[in-house]
Amino acid sequence: MLRTTNLAFRYEEDSPLLTFPDVECPALGQLLLLGESGCGKTTLLHLLCGMLQPAQGTVQINGQALDRMNEAERDAFRGQNVGIVFQKSHFLQSLTVLENLAMPAFLNGATLDKHEGIHMLEQLGIAHKAHSRPRDLSTGEQQRAGIARALIHRPSLVLADEPTSALDDGSTEAVIGLLEAQVSAAGATLVIVTHDQRLKDRFENRLVLTAQYPSV
Amino acid sequence: MKLNWLYIAWRNVGLKKLQTTLSLVLLAFGVGLVSLLMLCEKQLSETFDRNIEDIDLVLGAKGSPLQLILANVYHVDAPTGNIRLSDAEKVMRHPYIAEGIPLAYGDNYRGYRIVGSTEAYTGHYGATVAEGREVEGSFEVLVGDKVAEATGLKVGDEFFSAHGLQDETDVHADKVFRVVGRLEPSGTVLDQLLLCTISTIWEVHEGHGEAVAPEDREITAVLLKKRNPLAVLTIPNTIRDTNMQVALPSIEINRLTQNFGIGMNTLRAIALLIMLISFASIFISVYDNLLARRYELALMRTMGGSRGGLFLLLLLEGGLLSIGGSLFGLVLSRLGLVALAKLLEDKFRYDWSNISLMPEETVLIGLAIFVGLIAASIPGISAVRIDTSRTLSEAQ
Repeated sequence: MLRTTNLAFRYEEDSPLLTFPDVECPALGQLLLLGESGCGKTTLLHLLCGMLQPAQGTVQINGQALDRMNEAERDAFRGQNVGIVFQKSHFLQSLTVLENLAMPAFLNGATLDKHEGIHMLEQLGIAHKAHSRPRDLSTGEQQRAGIARALIHRPSLVLADEPTSALDDGSTEAVIGLLEAQVSAAGATLVIVTHDQRLKDRFENRLVLTAQYPSV
Repeated sequence: MKLNWLYIAWRNVGLKKLQTTLSLVLLAFGVGLVSLLMLCEKQLSETFDRNIEDIDLVLGAKGSPLQLILANVYHVDAPTGNIRLSDAEKVMRHPYIAEGIPLAYGDNYRGYRIVGSTEAYTGHYGATVAEGREVEGSFEVLVGDKVAEATGLKVGDEFFSAHGLQDETDVHADKVFRVVGRLEPSGTVLDQLLLCTISTIWEVHEGHGEAVAPEDREITAVLLKKRNPLAVLTIPNTIRDTNMQVALPSIEINRLTQNFGIGMNTLRAIALLIMLISFASIFISVYDNLLARRYELALMRTMGGSRGGLFLLLLLEGGLLSIGGSLFGLVLSRLGLVALAKLLEDKFRYDWSNISLMPEETVLIGLAIFVGLIAASIPGISAVRIDTSRTLSEAQ
C-alpha cells in the first residue's frame, strides 16, 4: 500500500543528496521508522505524503505514484488519503476542538457529522473538551485531539511524526496505544517516524534510518 | 458541523480583539469623517441653492455684498442698512427687471425676524398657508413652521415685537401683532421667519413718534428677478449715485463656499490620512495574523487545503475588517450629522434632517472595501507562497 523506490532528495540545487532506504508497508500494516535526529526522518515523512518532491525515486500510495500528480492533485490526494499526527499538535486557535476536527472534511469539500466527531473524541477520552479552545488542553489531550483529527476523515494511511517525543512515559503508553487501536479500528495503515526508543519494542516491523550527509 | 471560509475568517478576526478593534476604529473614523464632510457639503449647498433659486440680484444699501446676500436672502447676518423706497421703486420699474420683492425688517420676536414683504415673497418660494389665512391688514402675521414650533405661536395668538434682530430688551409694548396663519414647511428660509406687510414695519417705528413722510419711507432690500440678462450690467450703473448696491447671490455664495472649501479640504485631507492609517492597520493586522499562524496555514495545506483557499481566507479577514469599519463609519457620520444639525439649528436655523445614503458614499464605501482587500491580499500572497514542509519542520 505504501512503497518507495530509490528515494532521494536534496534541499538546494548544490546541497548533498539525501538517500533513503526503500520503505514498504502492506495495507493495515504498521511500520516504525527509527532514527536519530538529523538523519532526515521528517524529510522522509514529507516525501511520503507528497509535501516534498523527491529528486529521484518514486512514492506510491495505494498504487498511485505521487510524482505523476501536480501540486494541487497531491494536496487533494493527501487531504483524502493521508492523516498526519505531528510531534506537537497545532490547531486553528480560533476554533474549538470539535471545529478543528471538522477541518479535514471541510478542506476536502465534505461535511463532518457532529456525532461522528463527538464519538471519535469519546473514544480518545476527550469528549468533554469538544467545545474548548485547543490551547486549554494539556499536551497529552492535544496529542489525542491530533490523533482524532488525523483519523476523522478515514484516511487509508496515517503518518505520525514523533507523536510521543513531547510526552512522559505514562502518556506515551496511553497515546501510542490509542493510536494503534484507532488506526486498526479505522482499517488504516500506520507509519511512525521517531527517535523515541520507548516505541522500539512495540512494533515488529521496523526500519532503522542512518545518519547521512556523506562527505562531498 | 458545517465549516466555511467566512466563518473561519470571522473567528480568526475575533481572536485578536485588540488588533481588530484598532483597525475597526481607525477605519470607522476615516470613513465617518469623509462621509460627514460629504453630507455637510451636500446639505449646505442644498440649503444655499434652495434659497437663491430664481433670485438674480439683490438690491440693498451699500456695504459688503456678501453681507447683503446673507442678511436678505438667508437672514443670518445684520442688514447693510436701509434704502429709500422711492429709489428702490425706480429699479423695480426698470425694463430689464421682471419682478422685485421688497423686504423691510428691523424687529424680532424671541430672536425670529419679523419681515415685511408682499405676497410675492411667499409666492416666490412656493410656500402655502397650512392653517389660517394670508396676511391682509397691518399687524397681521404669518408664522413660519420652525418659528411656530419653537415659540408655540398659534393662529389667533397676539404678541409684542422687540426692536432689533436678536435681543428682546427693547419691546414695542404698544403695538400688538396678531397671528393669522401658519405656513406649510418649505425647507427654505421662510420656515424661520414671521411675515407681515411692509407698512406694518413702518407703523411700528412711527409709533415711536418719528412720523415718516411717504417720500422718506425706507425698506431694507429688494430681491430682483431679471427680464434681460443685461440687467446685471446696467443696474449697477443706474444706481451709482445712490446709497444702493446690487449683489449677485450666486457669485457671493460661490465665494463663500470657496472660502469654506479651504477648511473642508484640510478636513478631507485629514480624514483621508486617517483612512490610509487604517488600511495600514488592516494590513498589519492581517499580516501579523499570517506570521502568527504560518503553522496553522501550513497545517491546512497538509489536510488538503488549497493555496487558493488560504488566499481567500486572508482576503476575507481583510474584507470583514474593512466592511465592519466602513459600516461603523457610516453610523458615526450619521450621529455626527444629527449632533451638528442640533447645534446649527439653534445658531443658523437650518434644518438638516436628511441622512439617507448618498451615491458618493456608496463609492466611498466601495473604495474602502476595495483598498481593505488590497491591503489583505499582500499577506494573502505570502500565504499562498508558504513552504508547507519547511514551515512544519521549523515549528517542531
